[in-house]
Amino acid sequence: MSVSIDIATIWAFIIAFAVFVYVVMDGFDLGLGILFPLFPAKGDRDVVMNSVAPVWDGNETWLVLGGGGLMAAFPLAYAVLMPALYTPIIAMLVGLIFRGVAFEFRWRTLSEKNRWDIAFAGGSLLATLAQGIALGAILQGVHVEARHYAGGWWDWLTPFSILTGLALVVGYALLGSTWLVLKTEGELRDKAYHLSWWLLFAMLGAIGAVSIATPFLNIQYAQRWFAWPNIIFTAPVPIAVAGVTVLLLSSLANKQDHRPFFLSLALFALSYAGLGISMWPYIVPQSITIWQAASPPNSQLFMLVGVAVLIPLILGYTSWAYWVFRGKVRPGSGYH
Amino acid sequence: MFEGWDAEVLARAQFAFTMSFHIVFPAFSIGLASYLAVLEALWLWTGREVFINLFNYWLKIFAVAFGMGVVSGIVMSYQFGTNWAAYADKTGPVVGPLMAYEVLTAFFLEAGFLGVMLFGLQRVGPRLHFIATLMVAIGTLISAFWILSANSWMQTPAGYAINADGQFVAADWLKVIFNPSFPYRLVHMVLAAYLTTALVVGAVGAFHLLRDAHLPGPRVMFSMAMWMATLVAPIQILAGDQHGLNTLEHQPAKVMAMEGHFTSHPDGAPLILFGLPDQAAGEMKYSIQIPKASSLVLKHSLDAPLAGLDTVPRENWPPVPTIFWSFRIMVGIGFLILGLGILSLYARWKDKLYQSRWLHLYALAMGPAGFIAVLAGWFTTEVGRQPFTVYGLLRTADSVSPLAAPAVGSSLLAFVIVYFIVYAAGLTYLFRLMASPPHHGEQGPSAKAPAHAVGITSAIGVTAEGSSR
Repeated sequence: MSVSIDIATIWAFIIAFAVFVYVVMDGFDLGLGILFPLFPAKGDRDVVMNSVAPVWDGNETWLVLGGGGLMAAFPLAYAVLMPALYTPIIAMLVGLIFRGVAFEFRWRTLSEKNRWDIAFAGGSLLATLAQGIALGAILQGVHVEARHYAGGWWDWLTPFSILTGLALVVGYALLGSTWLVLKTEGELRDKAYHLSWWLLFAMLGAIGAVSIATPFLNIQYAQRWFAWPNIIFTAPVPIAVAGVTVLLLSSLANKQDHRPFFLSLALFALSYAGLGISMWPYIVPQSITIWQAASPPNSQLFMLVGVAVLIPLILGYTSWAYWVFRGKVRPGSGYH
Repeated sequence: MFEGWDAEVLARAQFAFTMSFHIVFPAFSIGLASYLAVLEALWLWTGREVFINLFNYWLKIFAVAFGMGVVSGIVMSYQFGTNWAAYADKTGPVVGPLMAYEVLTAFFLEAGFLGVMLFGLQRVGPRLHFIATLMVAIGTLISAFWILSANSWMQTPAGYAINADGQFVAADWLKVIFNPSFPYRLVHMVLAAYLTTALVVGAVGAFHLLRDAHLPGPRVMFSMAMWMATLVAPIQILAGDQHGLNTLEHQPAKVMAMEGHFTSHPDGAPLILFGLPDQAAGEMKYSIQIPKASSLVLKHSLDAPLAGLDTVPRENWPPVPTIFWSFRIMVGIGFLILGLGILSLYARWKDKLYQSRWLHLYALAMGPAGFIAVLAGWFTTEVGRQPFTVYGLLRTADSVSPLAAPAVGSSLLAFVIVYFIVYAAGLTYLFRLMASPPHHGEQGPSAKAPAHAVGITSAIGVTAEGSSR
């Protein structure tokens, strides 16, 4: 059985990686949608939109890999989590539909352009909120009986899941504003700097609130983080958060356009590592481990071959696409 | 709301609704991506401006259609879990990897190069840009490969075993991927996508030729589309026939429903052209039929015996009327496309391809026919798989999530509302783009102005080399 255990662990990391890449990449473009109402000028909105138009579709593909990969590698977890998260998932899909089509539709009409701007902003906010709520609902655990979800249709809705929903909205907005710092110039960039300050403090507040609330959800989370000797391995996470925050503050103060976005990503990476520490080795917290949910080794091995060859290729040509559209987006001379 | 409804029926309705709206966009973008690659290749090869104008014209349409395909596709990839959790748990180890490979080999390829294809011509130059277009086109075909493999496995499962948890697991991946119905389905669907696109391109060309027969862009696209109809429609009919014979071998009950054969015919079965199938009574009413012709088509012999649904237990019957009618719609349209191809060939021979009003009206009327045929074909094959999700092995009733009708009903309602808003708008914009002919110096999706103001920007112009603006 040692082989299957190893592959299941590898796959847990692959799925975690896909979800993280999704969060990193779609996070900033959802964040731009969340911030959209704060940029009422038409010229600014065109620039904001143009800064992600060539890449948003690739960003969203990681979500399909996360969902599809979960079904393939951990079908039991997929089968339990999707019904458990029914409403947030549907809400997320509806939000993604509206914001996704807005990328093209808003260029195809003058009279209805405002409507698609609202669809872009509202869809982004809804999708983000739903993803954050789904995260909270997973962390608080779902009721499973005999390979089925056995809870109610509203189990996902708790103060904790609302908190994680709002936290993700703040986090994506920070990614969006620091992305604008990276990609824009002039007044638009100054405004993005200003927003980044506020959003950074809000983000720290959100990280703090979720970190404090999580151990109260379940005694196992508390033991995971605070019991000796675990604390030797968990303590560096909050210390690193503090370090990144200092660097981020200084880069915002010194107006180093390139840094804030990548430091914000580092904050996300640390928060994500924290989540991993809390959940491991469960894929459905407190009820299904990665080994219980795993596909048979031959399914996981079959896909592992593909992943090993294709993910580096994908990262390669995706980086190329970002490289092609590198640099500041200028009003009027964007790609649109 | 939805209290007392059947959750399984609602879940099936939701799948059918979201799938039907989704499938037309991949069908269109598979064909259109290949067409765009051909146009760009012709432009690079000949340097003729008409090709880059057509390329940019159809690229804008592609961008809108592709976006709608992407967002409706994300819905599909999560619906297996939300509404069909038991199916996902049981078939995940087999079907899941096929879909994961689709994401890894196709979706990323399309998405990764789409941005460069849409907006990058000035940034990367014509050659690299052509490679990006080619990658998107290849991506759509790879996508068709994997998703049709997964679908075909559900129709004709092979290469599997069943484990202690009741899950399907792969015993032989090659047999899973290249299951018996897959090659036929792949050929039939890709040709359908090409024909569907050709009919749209032909209709848009015909629409503008009806107003002005001298426009260079519409002439070129109309001629190309009619060649496609002329050459591919006969091949498609042949491929469909082969696919039908394959279905007869592996899913005879589906063919019985398509043919409307409730009863067995020991010495030659009639070809029922039309009739009213009565599922409850198990008989075909008011049928108009050609004696022994069905045996001739399916068995290549007038007197060959053909079994009917009376040999199949009632609980395994698919819903006959839906399959019977959707099959006839598909075949009927197939012959209408064949007719269009033959007529256009005649007009071409008589040198009247760009002048024949009747031909243009016919082509215009056939614009949406490909989509209808694709939907009718999918209804035939998918409804024909019922009452199973994995044919003969896993019943639809045993595939659903532990669902409550209000949850499924509400999400169905939400999707219906959202899709009608989004698709109504999308179709409006698509029609608006198609309503004006390709111009001299046509701009790609990068054009600042919306489509209905395109005349203003046409003065800016892109040269045949695409290097200056």
